Amino acid sequence: MKYVEEFRRQDLAKRLSAAIHDAVEPHRQYNLMEFCGGHTHAIFRYGVQDLMPPSVTFVHGPGCPVCVLPIGRIDNAIQLARDEGVILCSYGDMLRVPASGRNSLLKVKAQGADVRMVYSTQDALRIARDNPQREVVFFAIGFETTTPPTAVAIKQARAERLNNFSVFCNHVLTPAAIQNILESPELRDMGSVSIDGFFGPSHVSSIIGSQPYEFFAEEFQKPVVIAGFEPLDVMQSALMLIRQLNQGRHEVENEYTRVVSREGNRKAQSLVAEVMELRRSFEWRGLGLVPYSALQIKAPYADLDAEKRFQLPLIQASDVKGCECPRILRGVKKPTDCKLFGSVCTPENPMGSCMVSSEGACAAYWSYGRFRQPETPRESAA
Amino acid sequence: MTAGRRRFPQRLNTRNGRVDMTHGSGGRAMAQLIEELFVSHLDNALLRQANDQAAFDVPAGRMVMSTDGHVISPLFFPGGDIGALAVHGTINDVAMSGARPLYLSAGFILEEGFPLADLERLVVSMARAASEAGVPVVTGDTKVVEKGKGDGVFITTTGIGVVPAGVEISGDRARPGDAILVNGTLGDHGVAIMSSRENLQFETRMQSDSAALHTLVADMVEAVPTIHCLRDPTRGGLATTLNELTQQSQVGMKLRERAIPIDPAVTAACELLGLDPLYVANEGKLVCICDAQEAAPLLQVMRDHPLGAKAAIIGEVIEDELGFVQMETRFGGSRVVDWLAGEQLPRIC
Repeated sequence: MKYVEEFRRQDLAKRLSAAIHDAVEPHRQYNLMEFCGGHTHAIFRYGVQDLMPPSVTFVHGPGCPVCVLPIGRIDNAIQLARDEGVILCSYGDMLRVPASGRNSLLKVKAQGADVRMVYSTQDALRIARDNPQREVVFFAIGFETTTPPTAVAIKQARAERLNNFSVFCNHVLTPAAIQNILESPELRDMGSVSIDGFFGPSHVSSIIGSQPYEFFAEEFQKPVVIAGFEPLDVMQSALMLIRQLNQGRHEVENEYTRVVSREGNRKAQSLVAEVMELRRSFEWRGLGLVPYSALQIKAPYADLDAEKRFQLPLIQASDVKGCECPRILRGVKKPTDCKLFGSVCTPENPMGSCMVSSEGACAAYWSYGRFRQPETPRESAA
Repeated sequence: MTAGRRRFPQRLNTRNGRVDMTHGSGGRAMAQLIEELFVSHLDNALLRQANDQAAFDVPAGRMVMSTDGHVISPLFFPGGDIGALAVHGTINDVAMSGARPLYLSAGFILEEGFPLADLERLVVSMARAASEAGVPVVTGDTKVVEKGKGDGVFITTTGIGVVPAGVEISGDRARPGDAILVNGTLGDHGVAIMSSRENLQFETRMQSDSAALHTLVADMVEAVPTIHCLRDPTRGGLATTLNELTQQSQVGMKLRERAIPIDPAVTAACELLGLDPLYVANEGKLVCICDAQEAAPLLQVMRDHPLGAKAAIIGEVIEDELGFVQMETRFGGSRVVDWLAGEQLPRIC
């Protein structure tokens, strides 16, 4: 198939694997964090780890959109869905994410709430047009990639005077989260986790470009390679990171040149800037409150903001006891370090968000990698 | 129905009419629906007797019986419809024992307001599928539920068949060393269904693979009567079926991704939707497990049949206490192919 199978060719994978084996320096450990769940998924689905030398470790980052949403926000969504006048629309994975009290959108749907799974914001708009007597709320989640379609929907609803449509905005920003991980005490003070370099997001970077990563590559002296989501992309990017580390460089390099430019998609950026602005701070599951890490709907569009329209309260909720999602999201622990993993927490019955989405580290471990022997813990200085 | 003795003054309005509650009431309207719509299309000697049951002689031997409820949405899809699917699905479930299917029954649950024209289309399609397969629908039932309490039509079919002497096929008979075969490309049905779903329309040339597999099975069983397992990978796709078999037989499996036949259009659609074709439904495919030595001749028999032209040996049964289905990826790595978690999409068969 054009432009898919080309990036999954075994002969090229073997050549890259040989190059990586040649490149790694003896007695040196390479801990590379893939920020995005898309990379995590590719690594497991194609068995990329099998082609890497033992000294290269993938550290799975927080880049799974449903995984990082704090429980309080899902509780908010459930509250909305329980309102009889409301039709709540969201992307599929969101429906299964556990909220407080072992609840989920799927469960309240079974109890009679009108929750609809949509594939795009356009579906949500259509539902609003078809149900003028109901309030239709789009539960917007995701990183910079899914933000422009939400912005389009907001503008479209305004233009059509679709008064029964609103957006519960939970869009978050990638660079802020990466910076937060690098600034976390585990990394700075305790030195218990070492992350040597980053695979930069692929789809996100197609929107924001490679430029936003330049600051922290310099500031934290960590190389970043923007990597595509195909398995060959991941391997090529690993080789680029290893070479940078060997040479003591810490630059932003772009492996995904077929899509990502330094500036990104200006049109999408200005569209988002027109209807959304930075929040002062936003809670991330696993990272806590991260300053300027999320977007909210601007005042001129406040009537389309579900948070304002329904006066949603700020809900503080805690994770299930024993759930290691917060640490797994920061790369401090592996899914297999969690006591709940595979015992009470499985994709059929997820306790934590990392087990829900196929992009979550726990779900990927469970579904694709279960048969592996338990891995030896990463070297730590603690 | 004979023209001389018309029991009903007006013919059923299959152009603009709709199902109403009287069609399930047991009265004259129901009798007319059965006679003019069901019996006239599904016509056969046993059905025409108009008894509440069909009576027939059975050959000596081991019989099998299977039942399947069909609730697919949409009712009409590229390459098929719920009528033909209800026939194929149950014939296949019977045939997966190695049996020759003999007779079917069909129970219809109709929703008030359902267009009779659509119902007729479905029944005509069902009749064609049954006649092509040579397996008649010999008894049936009709119920009507109020509007909003069904989704157009639900069809439950039951089938019976007879297993040839010496054939013993069961999901618990896979043994380490056995070969795993499939009769063709995987995921066709699921992708065809998804392409026609209301909220997910996309263009694809894929058609459902809905087909009755009993003649293929008959050829296979004749050539290799010692086949260990047969199963049709419907809901949950190939991955789920293989996991069922490993659990039943207490074995593991090792697949070669490269060997698994998948149409490029299915790969493309799955890529777009973020699905794995191994979990996508099929309605005209089977998985066969047999002794490794029988695999090559069996593969040839399958390829000689029109429904097995793209048959392939996709892997082998191994010893594994944990019962995992492992796969050597096309990329050169390995991974587990786990049970389907949750559901990929609602109501596909």
